[in-house]
Amino acid sequence: MYGFTPTDEQKMLIDTVVRYAKNDLRPAGHDADEAKVLPPKLISKGWELGVLQASVPEAYGGFGERSAVTGVLAAEELAFGDLAGALAVMTPSLFVTPILLAGSEEQKQTWIPPVIEADWMPFTAALIEPSFDFDPNALKTTAVREGDSYLLNGLKTYVPYAAEAEAMIVYAALDGVTKGFIVQKGDGLTVSERIKLMGLNALPLYQVRLENVRVPAANLLEGDFAPVLASMQVANAALAVGVARASFEYARDYAKEREAFGVKIAQKQAIAFMLAEMATEIEAIRLLTWQAAWKLDTGKEDAFIDAYLASTGAADMVMMVTDRGVQILGGHGYIRDHPVEKFMREGRGFASFTGLAIV
Amino acid sequence: MTIEFETPKPIENARFLLQTVADNMMRPVSRQFDEEEHTIPFSYIEFMHSAMRAMGGGSAGSLAPGEEKKPEDPNKPKRAPIAYQLLANQLEMLSWGDVGMYLVTPGGGLGAAAVQAAGSPEQKAKFLARFNEEKPTFAAMCMTEPHAGSDTSAIRTRAVLDEKTNEWVINGEKIFVTAGDKSFTERPEFGKGFLVVWASIDPSAGRAGMRSFVVEAGTPGVKITKLEHKMGIRVSDTASISFDNVRVPFENILGSPTVEKTTTGFKGAMATFDATRPLVAATGVGVARAALEEVKKMLAEQGVTIRYGLPRQKLTAVERDVVDMEIMLKSAWLMVLKAVWMADNKQPNALESSMSKVKAGDVVTKITQKAVELMGPLGYSREYLLEKWMRDAKITDIYEGTGQINRLVVARQVLGYSGSELR
Ligand SMILES: Cc1cc2nc3c(=O)[nH]c(=O)nc-3n(C[C@H](O)[C@H](O)[C@H](O)COP(=O)(O)OP(=O)(O)OC[C@H]3O[C@@H](n4cnc5c(N)ncnc54)[C@H](O)[C@@H]3O)c2cc1C
Repeated sequence: MYGFTPTDEQKMLIDTVVRYAKNDLRPAGHDADEAKVLPPKLISKGWELGVLQASVPEAYGGFGERSAVTGVLAAEELAFGDLAGALAVMTPSLFVTPILLAGSEEQKQTWIPPVIEADWMPFTAALIEPSFDFDPNALKTTAVREGDSYLLNGLKTYVPYAAEAEAMIVYAALDGVTKGFIVQKGDGLTVSERIKLMGLNALPLYQVRLENVRVPAANLLEGDFAPVLASMQVANAALAVGVARASFEYARDYAKEREAFGVKIAQKQAIAFMLAEMATEIEAIRLLTWQAAWKLDTGKEDAFIDAYLASTGAADMVMMVTDRGVQILGGHGYIRDHPVEKFMREGRGFASFTGLAIV
Repeated sequence: MTIEFETPKPIENARFLLQTVADNMMRPVSRQFDEEEHTIPFSYIEFMHSAMRAMGGGSAGSLAPGEEKKPEDPNKPKRAPIAYQLLANQLEMLSWGDVGMYLVTPGGGLGAAAVQAAGSPEQKAKFLARFNEEKPTFAAMCMTEPHAGSDTSAIRTRAVLDEKTNEWVINGEKIFVTAGDKSFTERPEFGKGFLVVWASIDPSAGRAGMRSFVVEAGTPGVKITKLEHKMGIRVSDTASISFDNVRVPFENILGSPTVEKTTTGFKGAMATFDATRPLVAATGVGVARAALEEVKKMLAEQGVTIRYGLPRQKLTAVERDVVDMEIMLKSAWLMVLKAVWMADNKQPNALESSMSKVKAGDVVTKITQKAVELMGPLGYSREYLLEKWMRDAKITDIYEGTGQINRLVVARQVLGYSGSELR
């Protein structure tokens, strides 16, 4: 059957996320971006909603089953509130979900409960590398087996909370194939100063250098990287939908208030048609994302292609929508008192954000 | 309730069957009927008619869905309704074969859809039964006039009640009537069809005065004055029809015969559009899928396969285009599915319906145009069907509300505006 409504269970969870996004994340977004820091209480409140906990089985300290569909529903709403806040709340998933998807039973037992059962802690992951044609399936960071350990070498960037993280998953090419490795604080990573981007000012991101970092062989995630990457791609797409919707709704409401030439600007077709197209494109990518997530959950053969298409399409869509968000506010859109310029700065990033979040 | 995308079994079966029809009955003659404009593809029409009758009614040639089968055991849990979803899938598949030929599938098209949307139970019984009878039968909808296209409220056709004979007398001129000729002109091969004609019974009442009337094939005073020569969908006849003191029985009016301030006959037309727009979008998606699949096949023959998963920076320009086409096509199709799923579940879908039409109108023109470009001199050549599909696809963005009109509908919905607040 086709179906387009969340289950009652999903609705209950999403309702709490919606409230948090609206009442907590959104009001904090502007100041956090300016101050370049997120209030810790804001993050822990988001963590306590239990989105990740609900996608981890009881055996590993959670209370549910993983569902990429639930994950993308939540991610859209969180990003609708504030992208940096959303990414911060979701950071521990970067560590837990890949272990869930590609780890051994023993790795799951060892690594997941301490993260899931505790307060929010910055467990994280390092995938992205500083090169213009970065390709998650052709990493420059390498892993080489030496006795019963692996030696990791390379340079990672856009790593959330790397400076504080107890442990992170580092992705590296092992015989040319991308694999995840669990790396702990004491293993000899070098973390740079915080990096600065066009957007995401509130999220602490770092470069991580690996020079002969030695990790035990037992810390290799043996499972395939493909489902991990696809789960990152649908997360990226869902977050993009959230930011786009935030920009669309702000611009829509503004256009119904602002007057020019004696009418509301929304009554001018040039504005109204932009809004119609924004709404249409948002819905198009949302459905593509839902379908990709559903295919991941049901193990469909072409799930990986669809996740890639959703993420690629989302990057274009969110740029188009957030650009128009600024355009509809005119000069006022360019001023940081309104959030649309922030949405636009974030919007451009989605072409490079795969790896910053996972559902 | 859940979010899922599993194609229901009956739909999968129907798609499989129609794929065979498309492969064997449509594609081989696609080019011929494109070149021989106004030639009627009798063998396709007869085949489709008998095939659909053999399958027990329910016609892909109608834009109104068949009745849901009643479960034999009333205690069994009711299955979710899927009639519109089935129809959208059938139309997509047939249009993948040839959208022009889909438009000459017997079964009532927009005419039957109008009766379905606005007719009384008696009218439905009387006017719709004929599509399951022995001979293939057509019906058409006449809204557009020379001076009134997008602005349907500007139509000038009048219907006046002659109280002496209790007949409506219709005068006016209609253009661009899809299947108008097959629906009206009596032919031995076809059953008796009809036209659904929009007219005003009270011009001072504006939209509230608009009604539609069933005009049976062969009615005196009706004249087919022209068959258009078109850019694409050439096998589908597009007729100009004049109405000169045309008399139809009183009971052929769809909707109320009196005008009150609160009644808007026009709502009938709009309800029809909510139902048919995603279906028209589905036909466009079918054409675009045909073009995209052909491009991928032709590329593969040259040893070019699409390397999904690579960052954009590493893709060739051709691969980027194909990836973009695929994103457009898949998302447009999902919007169609959502709109018809809502229709099946009796949820108001004016927004989703128009959105799916906006999206489809956009992407099917882009995809088919890109397909011709990508294949270079081959794409532009009439040796292949790509150039035909580009011509065929364009109509998706024009009929059933142009891209602009559907943007207006979407914009009004998202802004909460009335027609007078946003023109
Ligand atoms: C092959 C074919 C088959 C058809 N089949 C049928 C049929 O079966 N029955 C039937 O009744 N009709 C049919 N039509 C008619 C079709 O629905 C109309 O052509 C269509 O609605 C547009 O009307 P128009 O051609 O008069 O264009 P116009 O209304 O003159 O529009 C011209 C341009 O102005 C734009 N425009 C108009 N109003 C606005 C506005 N308010 N804001 C912004 N832009 C606007 C339009 O989008 C378009 O770009 C068919 C047409 C074709 C070509």
